[in-house]
Amino acid sequence: MAIGGSEALEVSEAAGTQLDFLDLGGQIAARSPLQLFWRRLRQDRVALVSAGFIVLLIVLAVAAPLVIKILGLPGPNVQNLNLTDEFGSPLGPTSGHPFGVDQLGHDVMSRVIYGTRVSLEVGIIGTALSTLIGVFFGLVAGYYRGWVDTVISRMTDVVLSIPLLLLGIGIGAACAVKGCLGGAIQPGLRVIIFLIVFATWPYMARIVRGLVLSLREREFVDASRALGASDARIMVREILPNLTAPIIVFASLQIPSNILIEAALSFLGVGIRPPTASWGQMIASATPIFNTAWWYMVFPGAALLLTVLAFNLLGDGLRDALNPRGAR
Amino acid sequence: MSDPELQIAPGPGERAGEEPLVEARDLVKHFPITRGVFLQRKVGAVKAVDGVSFAVRRGETLGIVGETGCGKSTTARLVMRLLESTSGQLTFDGQDITKVKGAPLKAIRRDVQMIFQDPYSSLNPRKTIGSIISEPFAIHGLLTEKDERRKAVQELMETVGLNPEHYNRYPHEFSGGQRQRIGVARALALKPKLLIADEPVSALDVSIQAQVLNLLRDLQRKFGLTLIFIAHDLSVVRHMCDRVAVMYLGRIVEIGSGDALYAFPRHPYTGALLSAVPVADPSRHGGKRRLLTGDVPSPANPPKACRFHTRCPKAQDLCSIEDPPLEDKGTGVLTACHFPLTREEVAEMGLATVTQSTPAG
Repeated sequence: MAIGGSEALEVSEAAGTQLDFLDLGGQIAARSPLQLFWRRLRQDRVALVSAGFIVLLIVLAVAAPLVIKILGLPGPNVQNLNLTDEFGSPLGPTSGHPFGVDQLGHDVMSRVIYGTRVSLEVGIIGTALSTLIGVFFGLVAGYYRGWVDTVISRMTDVVLSIPLLLLGIGIGAACAVKGCLGGAIQPGLRVIIFLIVFATWPYMARIVRGLVLSLREREFVDASRALGASDARIMVREILPNLTAPIIVFASLQIPSNILIEAALSFLGVGIRPPTASWGQMIASATPIFNTAWWYMVFPGAALLLTVLAFNLLGDGLRDALNPRGAR
Repeated sequence: MSDPELQIAPGPGERAGEEPLVEARDLVKHFPITRGVFLQRKVGAVKAVDGVSFAVRRGETLGIVGETGCGKSTTARLVMRLLESTSGQLTFDGQDITKVKGAPLKAIRRDVQMIFQDPYSSLNPRKTIGSIISEPFAIHGLLTEKDERRKAVQELMETVGLNPEHYNRYPHEFSGGQRQRIGVARALALKPKLLIADEPVSALDVSIQAQVLNLLRDLQRKFGLTLIFIAHDLSVVRHMCDRVAVMYLGRIVEIGSGDALYAFPRHPYTGALLSAVPVADPSRHGGKRRLLTGDVPSPANPPKACRFHTRCPKAQDLCSIEDPPLEDKGTGVLTACHFPLTREEVAEMGLATVTQSTPAG
């Protein structure tokens, strides 16, 4: 064991980190990449604060009814027309309604809290689905190359040339009243997620394809093939683990962009429809009365800004922590 | 071995009439050069391996030497079936494996394994040593019991001189020599009959090279392995191999027993290679060095007939007209040359004796 220990010490010094091994009763445990990643992330205050904020948002979204009850707010769809003055202008922030009310007498804070649900659902589910599809096509295209790659790459080119907002507005205009395809396509959460997944998977596919093209030439892939591994095994067990860092980083940066797409579509009136609360749609309905009721636009806008900022900063932090050659 | 074209020079310890473990006949690998984005048309081919034949007997070590780009590694990958040959035939253990696919190919994978050149890229950086070495078991569905598998892996680690307690470590925590040992352990896991080592020590420090080479020799003895050993270092090959094949531009120019070939090279290219071997004491280097000038011609457009004639000091008109066959020139070594070196010429070169040294260990 003495020999093993001194060897380990040399290796750890070469790796430039203090105490790269733990000598516990003869068992030498090395730090896995995950542990190293966590050590680096812990030192990144900005990323930790962002992560904390995101956790808070998730709690708010999941426990929205409970939170509102605790805060003593009315539900998001409770209308109280007594809260508007004789000209129909809503009341500003008061102790009973910290974020004020809108022109229909809805409590703005309550709606902002419920709006978290829509934003996170779109951000997380949309990103998860587009990541799954993008990683799959990227892996297959990069691994098999040839005509498979050509077909998939041309497909991504076609999809990326479709303007998402115009498509969204088109669907909104065509399907708003009765819905298209016998009601299958109607503006709402599902169509927004579908649009986002449809429009964003090619980015992930392209990134993954490029990385796979270089990884598949590494000798460990040959070694695995020489051992008799199937293509699927090589892709999933050998290549994919080497892609986790870029996939996590890109996905974490895609979440905020998807949240913004939802807000934009809802702002344009093709996304989430009232009475469901969504930040984009709240900002849209606040526009005509911004002169008299600033709070109706500022609070959902601030929520959107902070959420997007937090995801972006966390994404940057993850990128730094996952890249061992980073400055940190 | 009735095929007269494939006479094999007798090697040490040969038993006549024994069937070779691996036999390659006229192996060819051309990599197409294509142009155009949509409708790719073939505008030529890199003739990486262009008609290579050899046989390796059981328990023997065949060395393949040659300059960078002469097709050594491509040959290894063809035998390993990591590349599909353009034409030619490959036999392993009496079975034609040129075109096998699917389950039969997977079965052959158990018997043929490879050690790779670059110990830094041949181990997946995201996997622990334990899971790298146990991968062969997982792929072939062997030792499904977790404890059993762990025990087998740790035994393998011990066999190749690694501390079995490093089971849970990652490749980046090991030195180049240790990593190459991990590669050896992985290759040995399935108890193969044939081991192909593609420049296994060229990426290692000289001080580590001997350790890994001796490990390979010990393991060969212990497991009765047949070895195809690829290198560009002549003294390494001398140390390791019973028979040696010299490659130039995708062809074997000379093949025979190591002793005969090193003592009396007949092909001018082999002579030049041996003449270029550095000597520790220059005063002992008696003769004139026959150093080659110019670069290796492009394998996309190799010289006609004898491929070496553009750089050969002995080339005559015939060499650019007629391709010399690989045949015995009287020393038991097969040489592809119209005008092989004579004893006087070899003596004049004053070749450094590349001794079959046995490094301590």
